[in-house]
Amino acid sequence: MSEADETPTDETAVDDTAAADAASTPAEGEPASEPTPDGDSAGPDGSERSGLALAESGVSVDPTPLEVDDLSKTFGGIVAVDGVSFDVEAGTLTGLIGPNGAGKSTTFNLITGMLDPDSGTVRFNGEDITGLQPHEVANKGLARTFQIARELEEMTVLENMMLAPKGQAGESLWRSVLPVARGAVRKQEAEQLDRVWEVLDFFEIDHLADEYAGNLSGGQRKLLELARALLTDPDVLLLDEPFAGVNPSLERRLLEHIHELREQGYTFLIVEHDMDLIMNNCERVIVMHQGAVLKDGTPAEIKDSEEVIEAYLGGEV
Amino acid sequence: MSTDDIRGRLTGLSDSDVPLVIAVLAAVYAAYVLAGVAFGYGLRGQLNSIANLTFYVGVFGMLALALNLHWGYTGLFNIGVIGFMGIGVYVTAVVSKPPVAEAGAAQVGGFGLPLSVGIAAGVLAAAFFGLVVALPALRLRADYLAIVTVAFSEIVRFSLMSRTFQSFTAPDTIDVAVGGVQLFSVDPSVDTFGLGGGGGLILNYSDPLEALLRTLFLWDPYLGFVAFVERNYIPNNPKPVLDGLLYGALLLVAVGLFYLLLSRIGKSPFGRVLKAIREDEDAANALGKDTNRFKLTAFVLGAALMGLGGILWYSSRGSVTPPSFRPNITFFIWIALIIGGAGSNTGSVLGGAVFAGVLYEGPRYLKNLVETAFDLGDAPRSFGDAVAAFGSLDPVPFVTYTLDSVSQLRLVIMGLVLVWLMHNRPEGMLGHRKETASSVDLSRPDGAGGAGKQTATDGGDDR
Repeated sequence: MSEADETPTDETAVDDTAAADAASTPAEGEPASEPTPDGDSAGPDGSERSGLALAESGVSVDPTPLEVDDLSKTFGGIVAVDGVSFDVEAGTLTGLIGPNGAGKSTTFNLITGMLDPDSGTVRFNGEDITGLQPHEVANKGLARTFQIARELEEMTVLENMMLAPKGQAGESLWRSVLPVARGAVRKQEAEQLDRVWEVLDFFEIDHLADEYAGNLSGGQRKLLELARALLTDPDVLLLDEPFAGVNPSLERRLLEHIHELREQGYTFLIVEHDMDLIMNNCERVIVMHQGAVLKDGTPAEIKDSEEVIEAYLGGEV
Repeated sequence: MSTDDIRGRLTGLSDSDVPLVIAVLAAVYAAYVLAGVAFGYGLRGQLNSIANLTFYVGVFGMLALALNLHWGYTGLFNIGVIGFMGIGVYVTAVVSKPPVAEAGAAQVGGFGLPLSVGIAAGVLAAAFFGLVVALPALRLRADYLAIVTVAFSEIVRFSLMSRTFQSFTAPDTIDVAVGGVQLFSVDPSVDTFGLGGGGGLILNYSDPLEALLRTLFLWDPYLGFVAFVERNYIPNNPKPVLDGLLYGALLLVAVGLFYLLLSRIGKSPFGRVLKAIREDEDAANALGKDTNRFKLTAFVLGAALMGLGGILWYSSRGSVTPPSFRPNITFFIWIALIIGGAGSNTGSVLGGAVFAGVLYEGPRYLKNLVETAFDLGDAPRSFGDAVAAFGSLDPVPFVTYTLDSVSQLRLVIMGLVLVWLMHNRPEGMLGHRKETASSVDLSRPDGAGGAGKQTATDGGDDR
């Protein structure tokens, strides 16, 4: 380890140690010792990073890529989602908030095909995607992450990342087995690998590349999940509580990444409990309460809304 | 020290697979040969025990590999392995057995097609039934699939025993007519065919080894070699021993081919999706993978390989009977896979070898050795008699009784080993290994050097 003679800045030292830890003793790589995300390091990287997203993503031109209209879902006698309508504008960070049980996650599941709605439609880039299978929705360019990060634990970070890209020829059995076709598969994988490393660098988890995903800390898993979703080359990303269980410094880093990606043209819909976080970062906020949309507007409008305060601070729940 | 070093070492580790397999096989064989020498086995006995050992190393290796595709890679809990094996070998038998006229009236005949056609038909039939089981069952979560598969394998066994399928008589001529106009008539060579019921089927088609050697024009040289051995080493009829050895060697080649196929699958985007399904099917689905399609493909392929394994296991025997296809074989294969380490192809081969050599054949071999070396007389008929002899301080009856019950004791030993493994090493011999699911090396490509430098400036890594 040549740490000492490099006369590193504080953060280099910290990160170096983290890298060495991850390499020699697996499982450690505590986000507590993560470097504080810094504005100035983004400067020299700027050009590379904007290249990252726009290189492959055909970012949507539709002004409202995601439109949800009158969506409803009941489980037995419980109305989980009750006539929810909203739309998400391209290139924005839209927050979806509400007390526990407001139907946020169910709405996510209805949009992404994990659940079939009882009524209502979901339109994505002008196309009706209601009731499609989750993998079909994902292949249209609507990616999601989960509330509890769902890493593929006994696969390495690299395997997790390599899994994500769409249209892999090697996903057909005969291509991955037969001699000539396998050559083409290898070629495609090698190309894909460049982008995987680029994204790993972007999220600064490249030192964990060979680690089993199950050995990552909670915050690192969230980063990996976002990175993985990004590799599916989506137009819109639905993030279900991306900051839950993430320490403040990593939370800031994650937010910075999200802002950067949004500037590159990605669209985000984020479910979150932390009111302040949503209010400070989203252009638009949708508040759900008891399965319905209570309020839809700018953070300032939401803050002043009597109904929202009522819903959060009690009243009839 | 950098992560590159670690990566290099990991790659080095997987490169040592072949030596590892050879070392384990050599250890098992050496133990057999040395024990044989110690107890005074002759050359014939030695070769025989080696042939026997090789046979089981081969079949368990193959089947553990096929099961690894289901369970180790895709997480499909298939405990109906024996059902697919049975379908494979029975279909092969029905297709390739000679018609009854050539075989004597007492038994069921077959279609008399070449053995290669029979084997292909057997594999396809196993694959087809894999599809039939998988289509409704793959929507079920792990343990329900297990129930479906074990029930399926029992349905297969009972169907084999059933009188309904025992024997069908083919008509002498089949008239093919369209709209009342007779076009032509076929005289099928088959007279009767069927599954033979509880009595099973006599496999009176041409010997598989002979068929293969004849196709390769190696039959006469082989007979010459047998005559040479007879003149110089084993005076009385060495052919069965040599046949066994050669068949065992061919099985090992088949294991090699299975391994090649499955490790290619494992190291590909296809295998990566299978692994992802094992870890979290919903997550794989949310990443745009049509998980049902992958599960179906993997299940059907695994079932076909199990069918082939069954064919290679049973078709060199004189006959097959339904009791050979009880679920205990399924659990033997599971134990082999667990010993080797689910998820690792190399581990599956090793597990098959260790299971066959130590747990499956080991106790029987020991019994034979002891019985050859010492004349212990007849075993007492009951446990009581065996223990009672301790009263007169005579342990021999107890020893002979134990040896006599060795096939039952084998199951006890397997159970103990399984319990020990689950407690102390649930990942088996090699289950902890990273067999990276990719067709290319995933370390940072050279082309991304610029990005690497970039990260170095913002402290990403020390490369």
